[in-house]
Amino acid sequence: MINKKVDNIQQALKGVEDNMTLMLGGFGLCGIPENAIAELVKRNVKGLKCISNNAGVDDFGLGLLLQGKQIDKMTSSYVGENDEFERQMLSGDLEVELIPQGTLAERCRAAQAGFPAFYTPAGYGTEVAEGKETRAFNGKMYVLEHAFDADFAFVKAWKGDSAGNLVFKGTARNFNPNMCGAAKITVAEVEELVPVGALDPNEIHIPGIFVQRIFQGENYEKRIEQRTVRKRD
Amino acid sequence: MLDKNGIAKRIAKEVQDGYYVNLGIGIPTLVANFVRDDIEVEFQSENGVLGMGPFPFEGEEDADIINAGKQTITTLDGASFFDSATSFSMIRGKHVDLTILGAMEVAENGDIANWKIPGRMVKGMGGAMDLVASAENIIVAMMHTNKRGESKLLKSCSLPLTGVNCVKKIVTNLAVLEVTGDGFKLLERAPDVTVEAIQKATEGNLIIEGDIPEMVI
Repeated sequence: MINKKVDNIQQALKGVEDNMTLMLGGFGLCGIPENAIAELVKRNVKGLKCISNNAGVDDFGLGLLLQGKQIDKMTSSYVGENDEFERQMLSGDLEVELIPQGTLAERCRAAQAGFPAFYTPAGYGTEVAEGKETRAFNGKMYVLEHAFDADFAFVKAWKGDSAGNLVFKGTARNFNPNMCGAAKITVAEVEELVPVGALDPNEIHIPGIFVQRIFQGENYEKRIEQRTVRKRD
Repeated sequence: MLDKNGIAKRIAKEVQDGYYVNLGIGIPTLVANFVRDDIEVEFQSENGVLGMGPFPFEGEEDADIINAGKQTITTLDGASFFDSATSFSMIRGKHVDLTILGAMEVAENGDIANWKIPGRMVKGMGGAMDLVASAENIIVAMMHTNKRGESKLLKSCSLPLTGVNCVKKIVTNLAVLEVTGDGFKLLERAPDVTVEAIQKATEGNLIIEGDIPEMVI
């Protein structure tokens, strides 16, 4: 098997530089690459263009990169949980491209799958479609959207092996599989790195071919944004 | 007049056996509490789960299992998890039967605005633009007027649009209305609400034909 395993976070992020475009998996704080984000903060790389569904909260997730003014541009679908984000956006310090969530997922998937662009009905007739090519198919209007072009994709999986095969858990899956292989280099961090052969090939969500580096993650906080429970009767 | 739970209760009557349903954040989320238990319905959450169950018992929350509102949830037997691209394949591909979402404004031609107030609130559209662009059956759940008492049912939307010509039905604290293209056709009025009161709270063209029955909830 081709070995994708790297021994530490420094090797995992080798080659990350200022002004790069990064994809980061996760929905809210669920399934975010916590280790990669912590290392990006530590390295203090600047001028980043980040593609991620959300922007974290003020003191966790991508919010940590925003605090350090490390991000120049965010491409997201929803940013409601982050006051610092809203401040930087409204003041013009941060360039923001808000796009429909399905379009964000598909622009990742298109990059992964080798499609330069695709038509979607989402956003037709709204400001999202301004300046974009539109076209009718079978009497309905669609907007042309392009595949992302990113330098690194940072994803988080539940389990993985040194061949780069990944298995996700629950809704922590979200954008992570769509970002694998959608950037020049995909770096996967996993809660449990298992030996090759330990994962059932029938149950692998992302084959290792889409992953260039994999490492054992550490100290996952897995913060819950909205802890909702019901009472026992 | 209905409260938020009342709106959810009335909308729950629109949910039919065998439906896959996507619920938006806010009042729509409450609909799940009122669906008849003698029918089979599956709730889809766009962050990647089909077959959502109730909130977990205290101590059983799992950070890896949440809904689109980032709330901890449980799953029912037969549930499935999937990635975001697959989730929106379900939505854009019209596999979801009913979409229920909130709105800031709805226009009489079915346009909807619910994602941005320029210069003031810019949270983003999330999955709303994908949902309204594709769903065949969209019900809007909202209060009839905003906090300043202004109508949310308008001749045309003043806020940036989420989608065009897409809303089919609206359930508010005052009424059930069908969006016909020519205006809002009044179908039902909430308990103890007069047609005059609905007319007063509706800026767009209100179509009133014959006697308007009171909602049965």
